[in-house]
Amino acid sequence: MFDLRDLYLQVIVDHNKAPRNFGKLAHYNHEADGYNPLCGDKLHVYLDVNDEGIIEDVSFEGEGCAISVASASLMTEAVKNTPLSGFQEKFEQFQHMVTSDLAEAPDEEALGKLAVLAGVREFPSRIKCASLCWHTLKSAVTDSQEVAKTE
Amino acid sequence: MFDIEKIRGDFPILNQEVYGKPLAYLDNAATTQKPQCVIDAVNHYYACDNANVHRGVHALSERATADFEAARQRIASFFNARDQREVIFTRGATESINLIAASWGGANITAGDEILITHMEHHSNIVPWQMLCKRTGATLKVAPINERGELVMDEFESLLSERTKLVGVVHMSNALGTINPVESIIQKAHAVGAKVLVDGAQAAAHLAVDVQQLDCDFYVTSAHKMYGPTGIGILIGKASILESMPPYQGGGDMILTVTFEKTEYNDIPYKFEAGTPHIAGAIGFGKAIEYIESIGFDAIGKREKELLAYATAKAEAFDGVRQIGTAAHKACVLSFVLDQVHPHDLGTIVDREGVAIRAGHHCAMPVMQFFKVPATARASFSVYNTEAEVDALFVALEKAQAIFA
Ligand SMILES: Cc1ncc(COP(=O)(O)O)c(C=O)c1O
Repeated sequence: MFDLRDLYLQVIVDHNKAPRNFGKLAHYNHEADGYNPLCGDKLHVYLDVNDEGIIEDVSFEGEGCAISVASASLMTEAVKNTPLSGFQEKFEQFQHMVTSDLAEAPDEEALGKLAVLAGVREFPSRIKCASLCWHTLKSAVTDSQEVAKTE
Repeated sequence: MFDIEKIRGDFPILNQEVYGKPLAYLDNAATTQKPQCVIDAVNHYYACDNANVHRGVHALSERATADFEAARQRIASFFNARDQREVIFTRGATESINLIAASWGGANITAGDEILITHMEHHSNIVPWQMLCKRTGATLKVAPINERGELVMDEFESLLSERTKLVGVVHMSNALGTINPVESIIQKAHAVGAKVLVDGAQAAAHLAVDVQQLDCDFYVTSAHKMYGPTGIGILIGKASILESMPPYQGGGDMILTVTFEKTEYNDIPYKFEAGTPHIAGAIGFGKAIEYIESIGFDAIGKREKELLAYATAKAEAFDGVRQIGTAAHKACVLSFVLDQVHPHDLGTIVDREGVAIRAGHHCAMPVMQFFKVPATARASFSVYNTEAEVDALFVALEKAQAIFA
């Protein structure tokens, strides 16, 4: 049977305890709010995209459960120093991973470290915890003024 | 004699495993489980008596009507209403409050009036009043709570004035377990001429409620928190007030005669029961009340007190637990946060140990804001819970701490 330890992998526990890229960026040109009304998780992401269209820096602030904090932390690592044009594909890969059938192994090559979050599929009520940050970053990328939700 | 094994045997759902562990259902403030007698009553209605009420002349309709009205009668006497006409069936506490806000509020509240609620209300006793205030220009006032999660009575009194037209107060808080001194609140509110609505969604399963002794103007609750079906609840109001109120919804059953020029409304309670009601639900609700009466509130209260004391002592002894809601007068709710572990992670982890609790804001976001927590974990008890189930919860908390250590 699926073990809790498969959800709360050490990587997730670590990122929750010591989130990377946490706090407000000194310089940023995109930002957005995310909110999960069901559990009250709140997130704010900052994005600094340079003239070449590279995500030069990215950070987040907010509060939430271990899954949401770790997911945001891992996300910032995954997109930092990558071209903005590649974001949509990453977003879709992540969405696919957390909503796909349990039998389907995550594409570790494409997803890298993010694959540790595949375990949330076993916990349907927690999928939104993992995906809120991605929806929020998407809002920032598209400069949406609306607070991101996972719906 | 209180026989826990017999009581647990009345609830078929309790006898199961989840994730290979015995189920410990500690989410009773969200909804309670249903005893076999309630399930049977609902079944029997559909299997033998199903027909619409108040209209047929045939045997089934007469049986359905008789059972439906017998449930109303039983509910009326359970709450000691003056008259069964004072018992209006609704979808639940939420709809009852909305009915009062729309009908009574629409007819009686104008700009400059005040509605006074407390800081520990469920969203269902906040939002309808905000909507009414927005429509009418009235003002919503909120009486504060203290660090233990008790209503601050001095402040409540100083917020009362002749401008106060309605006081809305929760009898027992779902987020904190606090039991409010509703009798004294009602006296004080009446002294300034305000009407009082008591939200009994939580209280009604745990304490004997006598609406005449309380002298409340409106009392609302939901069957599903009292071992009855979902989708059915009641508003009990004083007949004189209900009679003066305009209808809530229009349709069948709430009329005497209809022409295109004019409609004559039916008498209470039917005036407020437009459309085909939840007949099976009402019958199941009546049976649930019979079930509560068969155990009796003395035994229920004594048992639930023991359980809460047991759980509270464990929580106090548990390193890293901070209880949210430590009122001197409380029942059945252990709301808490655990150091280093977010309530949602906790909810997931204890679930895998077979323990069902609620993690979240419990539809009482202002309570979370007051205690400066995003959410709490809440174990809520019922008459069928055991010390062993409380133990299972605390073993699961240790497991959660180990994961995040
Ligand atoms: C104190 C309180 N009031 C009102 C409600 C609303 O009840 P319902 O959702 O059954 O209408 C609840 C349910 O959680 C409650 O706990």
